[in-house]
Amino acid sequence: MTDATNRRDALKCLGVGAGTLFTLQGGVFSAFDLAEAQADMGTPLFLQISDTHIGFNKDANPDVAGTLNRTIDLVNAMPKQPALVLHTGDVSHLSRASEFDTANQLLSRLKVSELHVVPGEHDVTDGPGAEFFARFGKPSNNRGYYSFDSQGVHFVALVNVMNFKANGLGGLGDDQMAWLKDDLAGRSASQPIVVFAHMPLWTIYEPWGWGTGEGDEIADLLRRFGSVTVLNGHIHQIVQKVEGNILFHTARSTAYPQPQAGSGPGPGPLLVPADQLPGMLGITTAMARKKKLSLTDATLA
Amino acid sequence: MKPGILACVLLVASFAVPAAHADDAMVVMKNFDFSPMDITVAPGSTVTWKNLDGEPHTVASRDGLFRSPALDQNDTYQFKFDKPGVYKYICSIHPKMMATVTVKQSK
Repeated sequence: MTDATNRRDALKCLGVGAGTLFTLQGGVFSAFDLAEAQADMGTPLFLQISDTHIGFNKDANPDVAGTLNRTIDLVNAMPKQPALVLHTGDVSHLSRASEFDTANQLLSRLKVSELHVVPGEHDVTDGPGAEFFARFGKPSNNRGYYSFDSQGVHFVALVNVMNFKANGLGGLGDDQMAWLKDDLAGRSASQPIVVFAHMPLWTIYEPWGWGTGEGDEIADLLRRFGSVTVLNGHIHQIVQKVEGNILFHTARSTAYPQPQAGSGPGPGPLLVPADQLPGMLGITTAMARKKKLSLTDATLA
Repeated sequence: MKPGILACVLLVASFAVPAAHADDAMVVMKNFDFSPMDITVAPGSTVTWKNLDGEPHTVASRDGLFRSPALDQNDTYQFKFDKPGVYKYICSIHPKMMATVTVKQSK
């Protein structure tokens, strides 16, 4: 009998549905074991959507609502729905109320009802991010950063777009760093950790501000854990790095691609032939596998 | 007649000088830079920013004194500088874009 069969039988016994939280301390199955069993049956742990940029209307994609709709269709057509979806920011293009309203209306079509959102810099161009927090501030008590547990995984939502460093890198600021240290302290090193933010949490390209000032400090806090997945958007393309037990991964946008680091004057929308656009937009899927997370990127093509 | 024409020209010129002395200035955002990056104006001057990029930008002072909404392509924003000082600002969407307005009395 394989591990998978064991887990499947265990699930049958327990009558577990997607999204149910189990923590059997010292028992036979951890919640993450059950998530692995769900993965064996095709159920993702979660999905990541990023950089929907509702309100953008330039040549690089005159119909960002349309491509978000296609993204949602792709998710809803998955045979097994995950328990939750993470949106790693730039929901809107210009932080306008009408853009957020449209985005919310579109996202409400997702069959997955648990949606976690962190702000991108496009969402907080007014400074305090009034429109963003009016809609997505509740889980964090309007701070933007918060943590929660789901399926045995500890999820940490960070905000790195409201305290920029002088050199243009993103930043968390002292209060959030203190909170993060506290949040991770005393947590079991065997618990899988998922950290998600908008801007890359490691430096991909400093001249364009593609990184976070406290990146090294954050990595130091995460190093002792056996499985860490650090997710972001912002750069509208896939870049991945593995450092010890930490997997860093940036997701595609659902709106438009951006140039590779250092190519052209800056990180603006990249105009590509219309037939190539769907292949450059998409989502990331996370599955629970062998005590870690395995990520897959799918495009709209 | 010649001296008269010259007098007219001088008169026009003397009216034109105060207008130019008001020191109003224009800064554009182009290719992810403010241009000119550093300007100096007299107190009471109004600075106008215009975004020429297809990507939105903002004008956000580091001390919070002024902050534009997100400016889409060809949108403008104005701020009047009354007090002398050095005002550093960035684009809050692309914080690598940094520039300065210096406000001081011209001699």
